[in-house]
Amino acid sequence: MSCNCGSVVKDERFLLIDKILEQNNRDEAMLIQILEQVQHELGYLPEDVQSYLAEAIGIPLSTIYGVVTFYSLFTTEPIGKYIINVCMGTACYVKGARDILAEFEKQLDVRVGGTTEDAKFTLRACRCLGACGLAPVLNVNGKVFGRLSTEDVRKIIDQFE
Amino acid sequence: MDFNRAHVLEMEDIAFFKPQKRVALENCGLIDPESIEEYIAKDGYFALAKCVSEMTPGAVIEEITKSGLRGRGGAGFPTGTKWAFAAPEVADQKYVVCNADEGDPGAFMDRSVLEGDPHRVLEAMAIAGYAIGASQGFIYIRAEYPIAVERLRLAIRQAQELGVLGKNIFGSSFSFNIELRLGAGAFVCGEETALLASTEGRRGEPRPRPPFPAVSGLFEKPTVINNVETLANIPKIIRMGADWFSAMGTERSKGTKVFALAGKINNIGLIEVPMGTTLETVINEVGGGIQGGKKFKAAQIGGPSGGCLTSAHLGVAIDYESLTQAGAMMGSGGLIVMDEDTCMVDIARFFLEFTQEESCGKCPPCRIGTKRMLEILDKITTGNGTMEDLDHLETLAETIRDSSLCALGQTAPNPVLSTIKNFRDEYEAHILEKRCPSGVCLSLLSYTIDPEKCIGCGLCAKACPVEAISGVIKEPHSIDQSKCIKCGACMDTCKFSAISKK
Repeated sequence: MSCNCGSVVKDERFLLIDKILEQNNRDEAMLIQILEQVQHELGYLPEDVQSYLAEAIGIPLSTIYGVVTFYSLFTTEPIGKYIINVCMGTACYVKGARDILAEFEKQLDVRVGGTTEDAKFTLRACRCLGACGLAPVLNVNGKVFGRLSTEDVRKIIDQFE
Repeated sequence: MDFNRAHVLEMEDIAFFKPQKRVALENCGLIDPESIEEYIAKDGYFALAKCVSEMTPGAVIEEITKSGLRGRGGAGFPTGTKWAFAAPEVADQKYVVCNADEGDPGAFMDRSVLEGDPHRVLEAMAIAGYAIGASQGFIYIRAEYPIAVERLRLAIRQAQELGVLGKNIFGSSFSFNIELRLGAGAFVCGEETALLASTEGRRGEPRPRPPFPAVSGLFEKPTVINNVETLANIPKIIRMGADWFSAMGTERSKGTKVFALAGKINNIGLIEVPMGTTLETVINEVGGGIQGGKKFKAAQIGGPSGGCLTSAHLGVAIDYESLTQAGAMMGSGGLIVMDEDTCMVDIARFFLEFTQEESCGKCPPCRIGTKRMLEILDKITTGNGTMEDLDHLETLAETIRDSSLCALGQTAPNPVLSTIKNFRDEYEAHILEKRCPSGVCLSLLSYTIDPEKCIGCGLCAKACPVEAISGVIKEPHSIDQSKCIKCGACMDTCKFSAISKK
C-alpha cells in the first residue's frame, strides 16, 4: 500500500490518457487537442507522458516535444493550484499592467512564470485576453478581475489564500 | 404620464453611434447568440438558401468580387479573387478555414462576432464552401476565448439539427460541415500557412508561398482561409447585393471596418465605421476624446504589425491605402489611443518584445534580427544608447522587413520604424539627454524627496532595501541617487506624498 514506486498513480494517469486518445481516434492531426485535454487532466505534460503519447499515436517523441515547447499554453513543469494570468496586451500595458505584475512578484515573492514554494500560485504574464475595456485585467483560474490598481493585488491574493 | 418620445434620444442621435454603420456587428448585442431562431428571425441563413437554390457557385464568387470586399485580417486581399483561385482547382476534397486566431494584443472584434453572432460565421463559411466546392470547414480559434468556443459548438449543433449544416442543405446536392480546432497560444498561427500547420496538429511554422493555400492548403488540398470579420460581411452582401455594399467606403476599400478602440480614450469598445471615416471622427466623436482631458499623442493601429499615427494624421480617411501610406496598416483593427503620458520608445520596445517572443524561429532575420533590435531598444530605454544605435536600428529594421519569411517578421519592425519617423525627438531625448520625456522608462527616472513636505519620520529610510536614504529624524531626508535601485518602496511607505519620481 505504501509502496513508493508510484506505479499505481502512473496507471491511473495512463488510463485517463487512453480515454482521451480514444476520443480523438489516436489521430496525429488531433495532437494539439489531445495535449490540451491531457494537460487539463494532469496539470502539466511531463516527459513520461509525452513518451507514452508518442508510442500510442505512433509518432516520434521529438515531434511531441516540438509541439509542446512551441505553444505557450503547454507546460512541462507542475503548476500551482491557482494560476494568475496578468494580461500584457497593449491596452493593459498602456494602463499600467507592468506595475500590477511587479506588485504580484513582490507580494508572492516569485518571478513571472514561476510558482510559489507552497505550490499555491503560478504567476504568468499572458497575451491579450481580449477584454481591453477592463484594462488592466487579469484572471485567476478563469475568474476575471478588471480595472485594477496595485492596491487590488493583495486583495486578490487574499481571496485565494 | 408623458408619453412624448421627444425626450428619448434615437440611437443615431448619440455621438457614439452617429458616425457608425453596423454590418459585421449588426446582430451583436441584439440577438441571443445561443438561439438559432433569433438569428433566422434576423434573416439568418437566407443568404445561404439563396446561394444554393438560386445562384451558381460562379455567380456567388462574382457577387463577392463585385462588392469589393477585402480581407479584414490585415493584408486586405480581395475576398472574391481568393475564392476564384480555389474554385477551379480539381481535388477530391477542398476546405474552408476560418481564421479566428485573433492574437493582436488590443483587438477583440473577432471575439465579439463569435460570441455575439456565431451563426453568421457558420452561414458565411457554408456560402464559401458552396462557392469553391468544399464540403468541410474548420474554425481555428484561440483557446483563450472559452465562451466563443462554447457558443460556436452550440451553434454548430443547432445548425446541424435544423439541417442548415450537414448533408443536402436546403434539399440541394450541397453538403457542408464545420469542426473546431483550438489554438494553443502562438501568435504566428494567425499567419495562414502557420495556421494550416497548426490545424494539422503540428508546430505552427509558416512556409514559403507559392504554393498558395488556394492550390495546396490544409492536408495539401485547395483551401480558402478567411478571417472572422471578412466572413461576417458575406451573408449581408449576398442578401443586399454587391452594389449595396460597394456604395459604402472609399474607391478601393469598400464597406465598413470594425475597430477595437482601447487605451486612454473615453469610450472603450468596438466600433464599426464606413471605410474612409477620419481618425479625428473616430477618436473625438465616437471615442469621446482622451481620458481626463489630456492631450492626444498617438494612435497605434494594426497591432504589433502596424504603426503609430500622430495628431498630424487626424485628418486621414481610414482605408487600406491611406494607412499604408501613413506608415501604419489596417491590420486586424486594433486601435490603441495614447496620451502624453505614454513613452513612444517604450511602446516600440513593448511591441518588439512581443513579436520577438512570438517569432517562431524558423527564419533568421526574424529570429535573430528582432532579438538584436530589442537589445538596442533596451540600451536606449536604460539610458545607454548612442546615436549610432539609432541608425543601426533603422538599417536592421529595413533588412528584417525585406528578408523575413512571413508577415510576422516582415511587419515586426513597423512600430519601431514609425515611432522613429514620428517621434525621433523622444528617441533623441533618451539617447542624448538620458531623459524619458513621458516619465515611463524606469532607469531614466529618479526618486527625490521634497524637503518642504518631508517631516523626517524615517519610514522611507527603513523601507529602503539598499540604504540609499539618509537623514536625521525630524529633519528632511535625502536619497543617494548612486545607491538607489528605483524600487519605489520609499514612495509607497511615505504618508506625506513627499517622494516623487520624475
